[in-house]
Amino acid sequence: MNTPLFTGAEMVVKALSALDVKYIFGYPGGTVLDIYDAIFQQDDFEHILVRHEQAATHMADGYSRATGDVGVVLATSGPGATNCITGIATAYMDSIPMVVLSGQVPTTLIGDDAFQETDIVGCSRPIVKHSFNCRKVEDIPNVIAKAFYIAKSGRPGPVVVELPKDILIPDNKAEYNIETNVQMRSYNPTKKGHPKQIKKAVKAITEAKKLVIYSGGGIVLADASELLTQLVETLNAPCTNTLMGLGGLAGTHKNFIGMLGMHGSLEANKAMANADVILALGARFDDRVTNNVKKFCPNATIVHVDIDPTSISKTINAHIPVVGLIDIVLQQIIDELDETGFLPDQEPLATWWEQINEWRAVKSVSYQQDDGKIKPQRVVEAMYKITNGEAYVCSDVGQHQMFAAQYYPFDKPRKWINSGGLGTMGFGLPAAMGVKLAFPDSHVICITGDGSIQMNIQELSTCLQYNLPVVIVTLNNRSLGMVRQWQDMVYGGRHSSSYMESIPDFVKLAEAYGHVGIQIDTLDELDSKLEQAFSIKNRLVFVDVCVDEKEHVYPMQIKYGAVDDMWVKKGVKA
Amino acid sequence: MRRILAILLENEPGSLSRIVGLFSQRAFNIESLTVAPTEDESLSRITIATKGDDKVLEQIVKQVNKLIDVIKITDLTERSHVERELILIKVLAMNDKSRTEVKRITDIFRGSIIDIGKQVYTIQLTGDADKLNAFVKTLANETEIIESVRSGCVGIARGEKALRV
Ligand SMILES: Cc1cc2nc3c(=O)[nH]c(=O)nc-3n(C[C@H](O)[C@H](O)[C@H](O)COP(=O)(O)OP(=O)(O)OC[C@H]3O[C@@H](n4cnc5c(N)ncnc54)[C@H](O)[C@@H]3O)c2cc1C
Ligand SMILES: Cc1ncc(C[n+]2csc(CCOP(=O)(O)OP(=O)(O)O)c2C)c(N)n1
Repeated sequence: MNTPLFTGAEMVVKALSALDVKYIFGYPGGTVLDIYDAIFQQDDFEHILVRHEQAATHMADGYSRATGDVGVVLATSGPGATNCITGIATAYMDSIPMVVLSGQVPTTLIGDDAFQETDIVGCSRPIVKHSFNCRKVEDIPNVIAKAFYIAKSGRPGPVVVELPKDILIPDNKAEYNIETNVQMRSYNPTKKGHPKQIKKAVKAITEAKKLVIYSGGGIVLADASELLTQLVETLNAPCTNTLMGLGGLAGTHKNFIGMLGMHGSLEANKAMANADVILALGARFDDRVTNNVKKFCPNATIVHVDIDPTSISKTINAHIPVVGLIDIVLQQIIDELDETGFLPDQEPLATWWEQINEWRAVKSVSYQQDDGKIKPQRVVEAMYKITNGEAYVCSDVGQHQMFAAQYYPFDKPRKWINSGGLGTMGFGLPAAMGVKLAFPDSHVICITGDGSIQMNIQELSTCLQYNLPVVIVTLNNRSLGMVRQWQDMVYGGRHSSSYMESIPDFVKLAEAYGHVGIQIDTLDELDSKLEQAFSIKNRLVFVDVCVDEKEHVYPMQIKYGAVDDMWVKKGVKA
Repeated sequence: MRRILAILLENEPGSLSRIVGLFSQRAFNIESLTVAPTEDESLSRITIATKGDDKVLEQIVKQVNKLIDVIKITDLTERSHVERELILIKVLAMNDKSRTEVKRITDIFRGSIIDIGKQVYTIQLTGDADKLNAFVKTLANETEIIESVRSGCVGIARGEKALRV
């Protein structure tokens, strides 16, 4: 009996099916037409045709953030591949598992500046976890299997696979073999924390008088929120989340003290500054958190748990480093606490909470809504009420992102989807589309600004084609608000190029794309019109809310200061 | 502080560019870099001489280790090791006096003259960086250096310790 032979294109499709892929996001072009032809002839997974390859990467990214699965992108060589760069970098910075399959000119033409040739592996090298130049038909299945394994394991991240046209075409066939249980001698990410380090960590935690748990995106990526919650409750410790970690501990949990960092709550930043032990879990001491590293928590013992050794002692020196997968390490810590029969020392704990509650009483995350213009924060609160706090909220980048983070407490992980590390405007809408595909029965909100939404607005067309009824809410301040805020605070109020004089009529635009548009201009119509927007099923609704353009995001760390040097309001220091 | 790092990695297309890219992307210094396949053709070995304080070095080692192709990295300068570099140097040797002098210096440094032209000698010398520097300086005092090439250093740990799969 002859073993069947397959083309490279068929192998790509077979491998993706073998890896349980449900959706891939892409855009066709010359070098990948054989793959498109193979996709046409199967129904294991669906291909979503975007309107711009950048959006394909963000859709795959949003899909991955909401589900935990690897997001898959397919792009043609040259411009198709380079259009993916921003999305790859976005995924890289936030550790999102993604596989980008890129076409390439035939191997015989590589290096000749052939039509639509770019060295995509070279272009993307600094922003990928790994990449492959696949050169043989028979290698395709295992290269793809490896790409998935690398993307998802250890610290997740994007992987690029370059596929030259001549290994995809019908003339070139080979046997199909795939090993989905990947083993690599050069890559074996750690799993368990070192027992000695666990003991040291537990000792520090149990001896602490003023402990803070600082948890980040790693908790969300590892689906470790239940274990985190268990630890927080066992220790009765205050817990703060980074922007990426929101939902890791429920936003309404009594031990949650808000987000920390640049626009974090006063109580979170104060608790960090005054802690004697900081337990960092899957967080990377980003400069938007630490403020001036020289002034960062000089008196705290820092226990840092992370799967990636480069995250540890990169910006802030860790006294007790623990390398391991956070879910496993948390279980180790909990077991160790159980074994020692630990009970928190009530007296210092009570004093610590008293202190924290005093900072809480300042209500640093608050705003004033008078009769005038709609405050953006008010819009977020209204959405929270209408959706019972259960929606997926996908954000773009700017003031609206911070308002969403501050005023929409997330009780579950993977519900808050935003670009933190790269801060990519244009992320919100395509990410929301990816989420809606995965969870068609949930409310999926894209909260955005008049600037950001225009960076991928063409995807309204994709939404119609695939029936993706997300709710887009634009906090329209007729300006690049976040930039304008910095110009107000640092550049003497000179609004250089932060004002947009030609914003389109978003309602008409939405209608032109076949969707529903709703305009909200006054406070008295805000709640009812938002209700209406969320009650419409099966149609995309674009809500354009005219908000106060003068509103700034507070609280805000004072540049070059310590973690808790903050403006709580315009001109008011903590 | 000067450090010598030995790296064992998969001999795959692109693996060298990942190392070089990493150093420039993260503003790590490269004083010299040598690379060649090992006796097992599927592996490459790189020696990098670099400079940095302990904090920088820790990041370099961790970042290199994080590359998927890299199997192992070690800082040879942490313990006793042997370090060698090769120089090929072409100098002017026009008359008897300079020829004798060049030959004498070469002998003292235990180098060898490997090629002779009408007016030039080409010399080969191995040693650590200090020795090579001293040799070049001494030659330069005596005659004109026309051209030189250095291999960059390679290193290996002393004793039983080994960098292998
Ligand atoms: C306009 C704007 C304002 C911002 N303001 C703030 C702010 O006020 N506060 C704030 O916090 N951020 C803010 N950010 C975001 C900030 O830039 C960083 O993206 C964020 O602080 C990083 O979050 P993180 O430390 O949780 O790390 P992530 O980027 O989420 O990294 C996760 C860490 O966990 C590790 N990890 C991953 N998986 C695992 C696992 N399974 N086990 C163990 N470890 C794992 C990774 O190695 C990594 O070190 C802002 C961004 C923007 C665009
Ligand atoms: C692609 C990209 N370009 C530029 C920036 C810099 N930037 C950060 S926030 C911001 C303004 C965002 O304006 P808008 O989307 O209207 O939101 P707002 O701040 O008004 O809520 C800009 C330009 C960025 N983050 N991303």
